[in-house]
Amino acid sequence: MSDATNQHPGINLAHARPQDSRHAEVTVFGFWTFLMSDAILFALLFATYATMVNRTAGGPSGSELFDITNAFVETVVLLVSSFTFGMGAVALKEGRQRAVMLWLGVTMVLGLGFVGLELREFTGLIGEGATAQTSGFLSSFFVLLSTHGLHVLVGCLWIAVMLVQIASFGLSRQVRSRILRLALFWHFLDLVWIVIFTVVYLPAVAS
Amino acid sequence: MSGPWEGELGGHRVVQPASEAQRERRSYIWGLGSALVLTGAAFGLAVFKLLAGPALLAAIGVLALVQIAVQFRFFLHIDLSRSKREDLQLILFTGLLVLIMVGGSLWIMSSLDQRMMGG
Repeated sequence: MSDATNQHPGINLAHARPQDSRHAEVTVFGFWTFLMSDAILFALLFATYATMVNRTAGGPSGSELFDITNAFVETVVLLVSSFTFGMGAVALKEGRQRAVMLWLGVTMVLGLGFVGLELREFTGLIGEGATAQTSGFLSSFFVLLSTHGLHVLVGCLWIAVMLVQIASFGLSRQVRSRILRLALFWHFLDLVWIVIFTVVYLPAVAS
Repeated sequence: MSGPWEGELGGHRVVQPASEAQRERRSYIWGLGSALVLTGAAFGLAVFKLLAGPALLAAIGVLALVQIAVQFRFFLHIDLSRSKREDLQLILFTGLLVLIMVGGSLWIMSSLDQRMMGG
């Protein structure tokens, strides 16, 4: 039994299920390490974008291309999905299996909706002739945005896998631990999105 | 909402006090509310052109940093308490690496840009 002051950080279930804490301490810290290396990947994509943002090579600039309403809707969808996952984590703490599956399902639908909005934006841009080959600015834009979008898509796939696992194994110790790591991953994607709308969309719409 | 949950799960007897889950639920609701306000403020400043130029960039930058801190606190449950120290140190160290690499890259590239373009 670990004492209360020595519980592992992040979202932990130690209070509800003391037998979880030792397992969680190792795996959750390892997962945080992965998330932070992923954060460095995104940070360097942001640095690339920032150096490329004025290199439009005679092509269209961000202020001519970006649809701020679409970006705002994407922001709200992703933020609400982060919240619904949180509700799922609370239900997990209470051991309500049906509620966990419901909230995870809602989160997955919102995640797929986000990816759909992003794909619609991409096809719109490409239709206007603003492809990744047009300029350094658009190359770095598509790389940054699609790397994030791909992360969201992988998150949706992970949710689907967890829904199958909950249905077949119930809320077993391993399933609970995996859902908590998935929660960290999902909240992390919303953090990256905050930086995306701050660095990519807002300066473009204001200029 | 739901009362205390008590029962058998995976062979373990589990008692979950309602207050704990209630407190967490409230934490997520607070997180959502403050994140919506901060997002709305950032978009509002830019879209309605309430500020311009460097002042706008500084303002939305600060709003983004505050929102990141808010989400760490309410969604990821990272705070200054002793039990979260290890994770916080990992996050802050990553922040330092990002600052050095991103800040350094931007510095070098903008300096190069000025020399090459004569700007």
